[in-house]
Amino acid sequence: MELREEIVENNKEFPGQVVPVPGGGIIVSTFEDIVNWARSNSLWPLTFATSCCGIEMMSVASSKYDFSRFGFEVARATPRQADVIIIAGTIVNKMAPVLKRLYDQMADPKYVIAMGACAISGGPFFYNTYSVVKGADHVIPVDVYIPGCPPRPEALLHALITLQEKIKSRLTLDQLRQPNTQ
Amino acid sequence: MQNEEIKEYIISQEPEAKFDETGEWLNVIINPLSWRLLAEKLKNADLQLDYLFCLTCIDWKTHLTMVYHLTSTKYRHSIVIKTDINRIAPQIETVSDIWRTAEFHEREVFELFGVEFLHHPDLRKLILTDDFEGYPLRKDFEDPINMIKL
Amino acid sequence: MYTQTEIIRDTTQLNSNGNEGELVINVGPQHPATHGVLHLVITLNGETIKKIEPHLGYIHRSIEKMCESLTYRQFIYVTSRMDYLSAHINNLACALCVEKGMQIEVPERAQVIRILMSELTRIASHELWVGAMAMDLGAFTPFFYTFREREVINDIMEQTCGARLTMNYMVPGGTMYDLHPDFRNRVKAFIIQFKSKVTELEDLIANNIIFQNRTKGVGVLSAEDAISYGCTGPVARGSGVSCDIRKIQPYSGYEKVSFEEVLEPAGDSYARYLIRIREMFQSISIIEQLIDNIPEGDFQAKTKAVLKLPKGEFYTRVETARGELGVYIVSEGGTTPYRIKFRSPGFSNLSALNHMVKGSKIGDLMATMGTLDLVIPDIDR
Repeated sequence: MELREEIVENNKEFPGQVVPVPGGGIIVSTFEDIVNWARSNSLWPLTFATSCCGIEMMSVASSKYDFSRFGFEVARATPRQADVIIIAGTIVNKMAPVLKRLYDQMADPKYVIAMGACAISGGPFFYNTYSVVKGADHVIPVDVYIPGCPPRPEALLHALITLQEKIKSRLTLDQLRQPNTQ
Repeated sequence: MQNEEIKEYIISQEPEAKFDETGEWLNVIINPLSWRLLAEKLKNADLQLDYLFCLTCIDWKTHLTMVYHLTSTKYRHSIVIKTDINRIAPQIETVSDIWRTAEFHEREVFELFGVEFLHHPDLRKLILTDDFEGYPLRKDFEDPINMIKL
Repeated sequence: MYTQTEIIRDTTQLNSNGNEGELVINVGPQHPATHGVLHLVITLNGETIKKIEPHLGYIHRSIEKMCESLTYRQFIYVTSRMDYLSAHINNLACALCVEKGMQIEVPERAQVIRILMSELTRIASHELWVGAMAMDLGAFTPFFYTFREREVINDIMEQTCGARLTMNYMVPGGTMYDLHPDFRNRVKAFIIQFKSKVTELEDLIANNIIFQNRTKGVGVLSAEDAISYGCTGPVARGSGVSCDIRKIQPYSGYEKVSFEEVLEPAGDSYARYLIRIREMFQSISIIEQLIDNIPEGDFQAKTKAVLKLPKGEFYTRVETARGELGVYIVSEGGTTPYRIKFRSPGFSNLSALNHMVKGSKIGDLMATMGTLDLVIPDIDR
């Protein structure tokens, strides 16, 4: 946690520190910080809404709780052009291979947000059901979990900002998997 | 039309039918082998029951019961038809060419209860995965992997 | 085009009928339209559709099996997740069925509150439908305009019921809480806003020549076919079939309000669009009749803590925004139902899709499927 806060403090406005020299200043930073800053401010989500949480995601996309001011400008329909997949809704046994296939089709680096109680752990459909996958993380690795049934739009915005901070602090699963790149 | 007229008409077509008027609508209990002929007459002749609004099955551990809810858009009367079929190899004639809505409903009953509908145009699984084993809505369905009991 | 396509079979293998040049493509289950996870397998000859087969089950959450182990007060929360855009009306259907079984009498104040909430939900659902349908046909702007009204309704609901989307507000016996004191003023302000803003929608969409060309004469469904396929709601009323449950078998006080049933004889997509717009106006007129005359009294009848239905079968029909929802409870006298069946409107409306679009092009498929107003969790349950 301290590492994350330290990195967030250092990279508050833009990545790096300014070293004053006569005639202006020089920004000193690591390449990884600059790349993370650029990536986190321009994440394009994939439209993947299976059930009720999809309506709250659509509310966030519309003008009252706009998420394009955080960089999620265009919601792409094809996984080849998307960065983050927001799993909004229940995953059932028939849909799980489809979800895995979509995740495999996304290009690196990719991030996953599990929205709603159904995607975290099966939610209200945990007991006595024969066809619900009890949590989307049985299928693909998840970075951010949002509780709620359905979560408020502000909760989804909080999760998007958390994902951005996580990317800047190099703690997402994608970055932990490949620690020595760049 | 009132219940009495409907009962008279059905008795004239199907003498072995029994009636049960405890519920909201008239319940008619018939033999599954005579369902198909009666269905054709119910739709086309005097009663004009042209709208099948619910088709389902109930599992009473010793036998299954098929339930059909019918109503008429012209006269606004409704009846409920019930037939008992056995549990080991349940079979009944399809009515999907009389009321087209029955195509999807019968496919769903086929995969959830195992009832085979004779002469259905396309009887296969609709909402379960293709390799699902067992009939989930029967009372003796056990699935220890997926079902977590409360 | 706005379809997610993926060729699944080689064309040379498809010649079981000896037909040359037939192509089989997939639309969905993940696709940019906002209906949900619907998978259609379309057989095409060039761009003309020969056969459509819906594959369902991608959101089958086994609700009917689950409800056999929930008590009569507990199973209501599950049903608001079935057709989440008319969540209040789903809850109302279940509460009415339990009340019918236990012979509970609902006080008048609760009945009027139920009607108000149902009509607000109907308006919100149709607003979202207008936005989603325009997005299917390629126009992104009406989506933002309609969500503006929908957000006002959500805020009104949240103040009284506590949640924006899935509120478990209708309980057997009445409603869960009383109305908030601000409810009346906010609803009146909403009515004024709605009437002035909905003319914008008319100018943007209905009077648009491209929209009219794409929806007039497309996806025609005749009246006999609508009855035979079991279609209800705006889909059947667009073909001239009179099937509004609020008129045929009124429930919860609908016999005391006056409203018209909107019918259109044409049977094409444009007729279904016009019906939903006019239904929104009818809902506004119902709300205007009731908002100043809410009777005083209890909002919930006194019921026992543990509900047990007597042995028997009970069926309730209500009119949701999509059509007729039926709740069929078979009870053996215990605290949990023996068998529940939900007869959902989307299941039957979808079965008519193959018949409606045979012989037309893929662009017409999108226009027709948009007007059916499908919500897939309602179909798969």
